[in-house]
Amino acid sequence: MSDAVHGPDQVTGATPDNVIRNADRAARSDDGPVLAADGRPLKQSLNRALRTQKLRALALIAPLLLFIIVTFIAPIADMLFRSVENEIVSETLPRTIVALEGWDGGGAPDEEVYRALAADLVVASELKNHTRVGSRLNYETTGISSLFRQTGRDVDEIGEIHADQFIELDPAWEEPATWVALMGDEGWIERQADWKDRKDAAEAEQEAAETRVERRALDFTEPEPRFRLSETAQQALPRTARIYAQFAQVIQAEESDSPTEEEPWNIVYQALYEDLSAGQGQGYEGRLSELVSEARDAVTGFEDQDIKTYFIEEIDEDWADPKIWGTIDAFSDRYTAGYFLSAIDMQLTPQGIEPQPEGQQIYGLLFQRTMFMSLTIMFSCILLGYPVAFLLSNLPLRTSNLLMILVLLPFWTSLLVRTSAWKVLLQEQGVINDILVWIGLVGDGNRLQLINNQTGTIIAMTHILLPFMILPLYSVMKTIPPQYVRAARSLGATPWTAFWRVYFPQSVPGIGAGCILVFILSIGYYITPELVGGTTGTFISNRIAYHISSSLNWGLAAALGSILLALVLVLYYLYDRIVGIDNVSLG
Amino acid sequence: MMRLNGFLMGTAVLSLTAAGAVAQDGQTPESPVAGQPMANEMTIVSWGGAYQESQLKAYVEPYLEMHPEVSVTWDESSAEAVAGMRAQAEANNITWDLVDVTAADAMRLCDEGLAMEVDINEIAAPAPDGTEAEEDFGEDMLVSDCFIPQIAYSYTFGYRTGVEEWNGETPDDICDVFDLETFPGRRSLEKRPHNNMEWALMCDGVPQDEIYDVLETTEGQDRALAKLDTIKDQTVWWTSGADTPQLLADGEVVFGSTYNGRLFSLIAEQDQPVEMMWDAQSYDLDGWVIPAGLDEETLNRVKDFLWFATDTQRLADQAKYISYGPARDSSAPLVGQHAELGIEMAPHMPTNPENSENSFVQNYEWWADYRDDLDAKFQAWLAQ
Repeated sequence: MSDAVHGPDQVTGATPDNVIRNADRAARSDDGPVLAADGRPLKQSLNRALRTQKLRALALIAPLLLFIIVTFIAPIADMLFRSVENEIVSETLPRTIVALEGWDGGGAPDEEVYRALAADLVVASELKNHTRVGSRLNYETTGISSLFRQTGRDVDEIGEIHADQFIELDPAWEEPATWVALMGDEGWIERQADWKDRKDAAEAEQEAAETRVERRALDFTEPEPRFRLSETAQQALPRTARIYAQFAQVIQAEESDSPTEEEPWNIVYQALYEDLSAGQGQGYEGRLSELVSEARDAVTGFEDQDIKTYFIEEIDEDWADPKIWGTIDAFSDRYTAGYFLSAIDMQLTPQGIEPQPEGQQIYGLLFQRTMFMSLTIMFSCILLGYPVAFLLSNLPLRTSNLLMILVLLPFWTSLLVRTSAWKVLLQEQGVINDILVWIGLVGDGNRLQLINNQTGTIIAMTHILLPFMILPLYSVMKTIPPQYVRAARSLGATPWTAFWRVYFPQSVPGIGAGCILVFILSIGYYITPELVGGTTGTFISNRIAYHISSSLNWGLAAALGSILLALVLVLYYLYDRIVGIDNVSLG
Repeated sequence: MMRLNGFLMGTAVLSLTAAGAVAQDGQTPESPVAGQPMANEMTIVSWGGAYQESQLKAYVEPYLEMHPEVSVTWDESSAEAVAGMRAQAEANNITWDLVDVTAADAMRLCDEGLAMEVDINEIAAPAPDGTEAEEDFGEDMLVSDCFIPQIAYSYTFGYRTGVEEWNGETPDDICDVFDLETFPGRRSLEKRPHNNMEWALMCDGVPQDEIYDVLETTEGQDRALAKLDTIKDQTVWWTSGADTPQLLADGEVVFGSTYNGRLFSLIAEQDQPVEMMWDAQSYDLDGWVIPAGLDEETLNRVKDFLWFATDTQRLADQAKYISYGPARDSSAPLVGQHAELGIEMAPHMPTNPENSENSFVQNYEWWADYRDDLDAKFQAWLAQ
């Protein structure tokens, strides 16, 4: 055992790094650089030699590195990203959000916004997305979930009135072929027709096949070419074209059907009515031109539908509530701070950031409690673990090995078993209370409440985490030479002084390592607090688990997780500044 | 009140004819997908324990006997079914083929587009008398387009018999839960607002049909929490259905809410000194959902299995292993005695008229809206 302080610069011997360092030193002290045999500077040629070595080392750890990135870092990053991600609102309600830009925040918005909402919700309800947006926004304002579900059921009736009138005017408006001709890109129409021919041929061939196997082999699996809008339609009838393209996409992708065979949704007719009322629809030729201009002339006499009234009076009066609209508006961005605000007991409202109502502030309390209890558990681990580790490292080998097994046995036992065992021991009619009553320390009527509260969590977790304190302490104490304490004693120190001034400082790196292990493990502990913590002994991780598996509010769970992670990193940094991470030894 | 009250009426007047009906076993017509190519492996997600056992005995084993080429893998993850299905859908790797969930979860899975919408008449066989499945289940059971109902269960209370401090009184009213003077001792309640808030308001004098209107207001919520406050320090909060039976058996609590089937097995099978208190039991439903995005062959197998597993006889068979009411009207008269204990199941059914006098049905749609809000409030209240 030597007292020499080791550092990278002091290592002597012929390692390549040392050669470079020596070359560096030589270069600094001498006038010119040291040269290798081939005349190049020594440093440069050494570096080149080292590069292959370093690459080889990198190649050796590459599989592990890749593994960690793919299975550990990437999923965590992806999960944490959810804490700010909020694309669902802007993706599902694109028209509404644009239309809402002009809304002043007071009262119900204009008819224009409701028209946009109708179009968005028809598409969303066909894609079954409206309920997802509903659940997302319900995290912010109670009631939106059922509002969207209800609206999804009724919204397809909007535009029925228009559809009927167009069809009455000219039955051609009912024909899918009319719409394809009006909206489809010429190239697409050709490709579609070609695809249809091949499909029909394949089906005819299949009909003719004799065995089932043959028939299956002849299945026509090629999908229909994806619908494309024509330039003309986009310019002549912009609203109609936009919604029709979505209609075609839904029909093709979701229902595996063809726009050439399906009558458009009612809302498409409503869009057509709006386009034509605005005087659009120029640019068509031939028969289509006639059809469109005839309709354009007729729409002035059409009966229109007040969509705002329909929403408020037929679907749900909540659609007049500015709070609903404020929530949609406040969460229309692709990224939101809403989850992080919720995680610190604040909320994003149309009026700005406000604290949560008094009765619903819970996360601040839970974070504090998590920190406080983790610290308590850490200190009780030191108190209980230090003497045990001391004993282990100072007893004769045979005895200490036996003791070591006693420490390790629980360490190897399943966490769940140990926690359940504590339940049996600690409960009111449990072993500990029974013994206390039996020896007369407490009366039968007032047995101690040791479980389903903070006490339960602290007792059980201290026991479970104790080996994480004992093992690093033991491995450090094992290396402390007994001569030092003996020398101190022989120089006249009392046993306490010898321990406190000589032994203890040398065991500090072990305490540091144990503390970091115990504290970081306990701050994210979940299962033990869940089982024995009751209501006052649960941690923030129990709430995170709740949001992951029950409420499905993964954004909030991610925000809480990010805060917890940041907290641990900050504490680690502080610990490094105060204690110094170099003073930590795991053995 | 809904039809549930009457829908197991038949079980009350059960007679030996039921046994005869079992023997005849009206053959269910072949499933609509019969003859189409089907996968031979199927992963079924359920709750584990006695409930999964009843499913195994009542229809999984009989189905496997009929189709020896099929193998079934069980996954006991129903408690995390919603999160699991979402994770699978996001990873685009659906490993579950058929999932057993509660009605509220089915609704959320449907809302999220994670479960497949089904036409109940194409999934479930008609009743033996020819009634269409939709009518046989009834609209009270078909709470969501994705939901294929199996059983009705209830949240209800069990209490320990022979508690000295009670001086011979036995509780028979939901408000006895809140009466610490007559019935001192610890209670166990579920660690979420569902049912607890309803019970609290009920005992605070709110008529049953106004409960959800009152609970919508902040004052109503505070009122419910204030009522719960009176027993808060005497309450153990449970998260798993097995907690209350264990706590009752250990004598840790004298009163506790849980699923009625758990209490049945505690009382009838394990013979513990516990009795049921059926007053103000809260009904809930359990059934199947099919994850969205299954490939065609697997889907055919699932459909073929469901056609068999949800028919009248099979649902009645299930009730012989566990005291949950079958979801079909036509199954009720076929429920007989417990398969092993030989006791009549009818008096233990939540839907038995004597048990369901003052029952209520959880309002799923209401809870879908208010769950997040009330839960935050409830948890904050608990944490204080």
